[in-house]
Amino acid sequence: MSEIRIITGNEAAALAVTLCEPKVVAAYPITPQTKISELLSMYVETGTLKAEYVRVESEHSALTVLISASTVGARVFTATSSNGLLYMHEQLHWAAGSRLPIVMCCVNRGVGAPWSIFNDQQDSMSQRDTGWIQLYCRDNQEIIDTVIQAYRIAEQVYIPTMVCYDGFVLSHTMMPVEIPEAAQVKNFLPPYRPHTFLDPERPRTINPVFFPWRRENAEGVLCDGYMEMRYKLQRDFDTSLEVIEDVNVQYTDLFGRNYGGLIWEYQTGDADIFVTGMGSIAQEATLAVDALREEGIKIGVVGIRSFRPFPKEKLIHAFSRARIIIVFQKAISYGNEGGLSTEVKAALYGSGIDAPVHDYIAGLGGRDVKTRELIAAIRDTLERSGGGDCKNKTTWLNCHRG
Amino acid sequence: MHENLFKINEKEYILPGSRACQGCGLSIAYRYILKALRENTIVAIPPSCLCVLHGLYPNTSVTVPALNITFAGNAASASGIVAALTALNRPDITVLALSGDGGTYDIGIQSLSGAAERNTDFIFACYDNEAYMNTGTQRSGATPMGAVTTTTPVLTKKDHKKDFIRIMEAHNIPYIATVSPAYPIDLYEKFVKAKRIKGTRYIQIDTPCPPGWGYPAKDTVKIGKLAVETGIFPLLEIEDGKLRLTGRSNTLSVKGKRMPIIHYVERQMRFRKMSIEQLNQLQSWVDKRWNDFTNRADN
Ligand SMILES: Cc1ncc(C[n+]2csc(CCOP(=O)(O)OP(=O)(O)O)c2C)c(N)n1
Ligand code: SF4
Ligand SMILES: [Mg+2]
Repeated sequence: MSEIRIITGNEAAALAVTLCEPKVVAAYPITPQTKISELLSMYVETGTLKAEYVRVESEHSALTVLISASTVGARVFTATSSNGLLYMHEQLHWAAGSRLPIVMCCVNRGVGAPWSIFNDQQDSMSQRDTGWIQLYCRDNQEIIDTVIQAYRIAEQVYIPTMVCYDGFVLSHTMMPVEIPEAAQVKNFLPPYRPHTFLDPERPRTINPVFFPWRRENAEGVLCDGYMEMRYKLQRDFDTSLEVIEDVNVQYTDLFGRNYGGLIWEYQTGDADIFVTGMGSIAQEATLAVDALREEGIKIGVVGIRSFRPFPKEKLIHAFSRARIIIVFQKAISYGNEGGLSTEVKAALYGSGIDAPVHDYIAGLGGRDVKTRELIAAIRDTLERSGGGDCKNKTTWLNCHRG
Repeated sequence: MHENLFKINEKEYILPGSRACQGCGLSIAYRYILKALRENTIVAIPPSCLCVLHGLYPNTSVTVPALNITFAGNAASASGIVAALTALNRPDITVLALSGDGGTYDIGIQSLSGAAERNTDFIFACYDNEAYMNTGTQRSGATPMGAVTTTTPVLTKKDHKKDFIRIMEAHNIPYIATVSPAYPIDLYEKFVKAKRIKGTRYIQIDTPCPPGWGYPAKDTVKIGKLAVETGIFPLLEIEDGKLRLTGRSNTLSVKGKRMPIIHYVERQMRFRKMSIEQLNQLQSWVDKRWNDFTNRADN
């Protein structure tokens, strides 16, 4: 029987990792991720997790260790936050370019300068184009289940996968979580099969210099150039859209919990006003929706679980009756607007949906986002626009702009 | 145990068609390194001349498995290979991280220091051609005083080279050695020995480079020998803290006479703008180091 425990998001992540039995773990401390690496160290030292734990001297090295260990054929894990993720930047690209199914937890935190240890999503969102799948969780149950799903997804499409969840809001907050049974996880997650082996039996030089054009190998077979390798990564991201949905369905069948795959919906059946976002802020928005529905407003939430791949088709379908769309996000693309708003607008372009998309920046550096503030923001939007006026207007929620 | 030329493994691991320059000191060293380590070896490679030597996809002239990684991370990459081999229960494979001086002294020092502190079970070999050659001979922390590089084009390098042997000694690793492709038997023996030792082993390879140092390609061995004859590059071994001079350096310390550094300097165009003052400073630097090593030597 699976057991229910009251645990934090970080504990949920560490337990999920243990269930997935990685062979190599490497991590470097940074708040609010640190607890995961401490727990995994303990699990390894006490024999609960049979893995090599490499206590590296930086996040750059943490991901480097995993890249090479994964190439040798080991399932691997790391976790980081904020500046730690940014310090990995070069290796994020290298991991994706190498097509390695590395799984990492990014416990979302604001980025310096100035320093903040508190939550927003600027860290992972700024790594959008590194070639990683990015999945965002709403609560601790979703964290434990998403980490397990992440290995399945990553190892099926050979794309590294980041499981993102909000620092402190989830990482340090307890809730009851059902722990999946080890035997069932084993059943769900087949052993890792590398696509290339680093092995003296089959000597080859991996990731050497590529030329812009395709070249023949010694047998005269024309081989990929750099651009073909890039195309294949993008092609497999397209495939990952289906895989993420599929894995969610299979997970639901086995474990009985459904996260919607790429997106999830709340009270959208009759809605024409939509709130959207990622992670805990989208979960918070469901409470705002409950309150507003009592006033007869037909409003619902579309939560975006997969930021990469971005679920365009799903969103077009979900927003098909939208009159107004409101995006709450914990990151900003300086000089433009909230990055998620740009993505939503781009997804809807040419779809026939011409609902205005309202852009809200909220909760940067841990600034509290209360349900009543979301309600006020939604009300304000409805009064202000009644439909149209939102061009080039970004609203900073609960921020003094003196 | 003393090997001679006839005892060296006859098998070649680098096939014709490597991409290195004519007369490349790295090619000679790499050939003997692989002969010593043999087929059950995995090589970790950072961006460098070694990466180019391995060839352009999809062809390579090297017959052992190799993994390219980013510039700063070669020792971490090797740590990952070692960790996975351990976890997958394959302890019989030798892991070699081979980096240039840039990938060792400069951008690679952090991951190397971490791996050495953890006493990771691998050989880290630095082929020291004393500049960033792959990007066109820019100054590195290993460039000697007085050398012209493309980033010290007029005034030459003002500072001495880092003493990397001392840096690695401070990590208390079980084996440290210096080798030169001009003395292949000494090189071969040290790699054979290193292969048998557990933990982090650091080997520094003096790597004469015709285009980077400015001498004719046929003179690589000659320049390598002059580095040893002048004492600017002593051949040594440090095992569990005990230093031993080897080969020609040992003979020189006992009975020979070191040549003045000018004989080494005058053959290389990179020193063409060196001042007399710099030459004297370089000579003092060499003398001091040589005396330190010979005083310590426990031969
Ligand atoms: C992070 C990063 N910075 C810079 C470079 C460019 N780069 C490639 S090779 C190289 C020089 C390598 O020098 P060294 O390690 O001495 O090896 P060598 O080329 O001399 O063999 C540089 C600067 C890079 N690839 N990555
Ligand atoms: S530049 Fe020097 S080290 Fe690099 S391949 Fe040419 S000779 Fe060898
Ligand atoms: Mg160099």
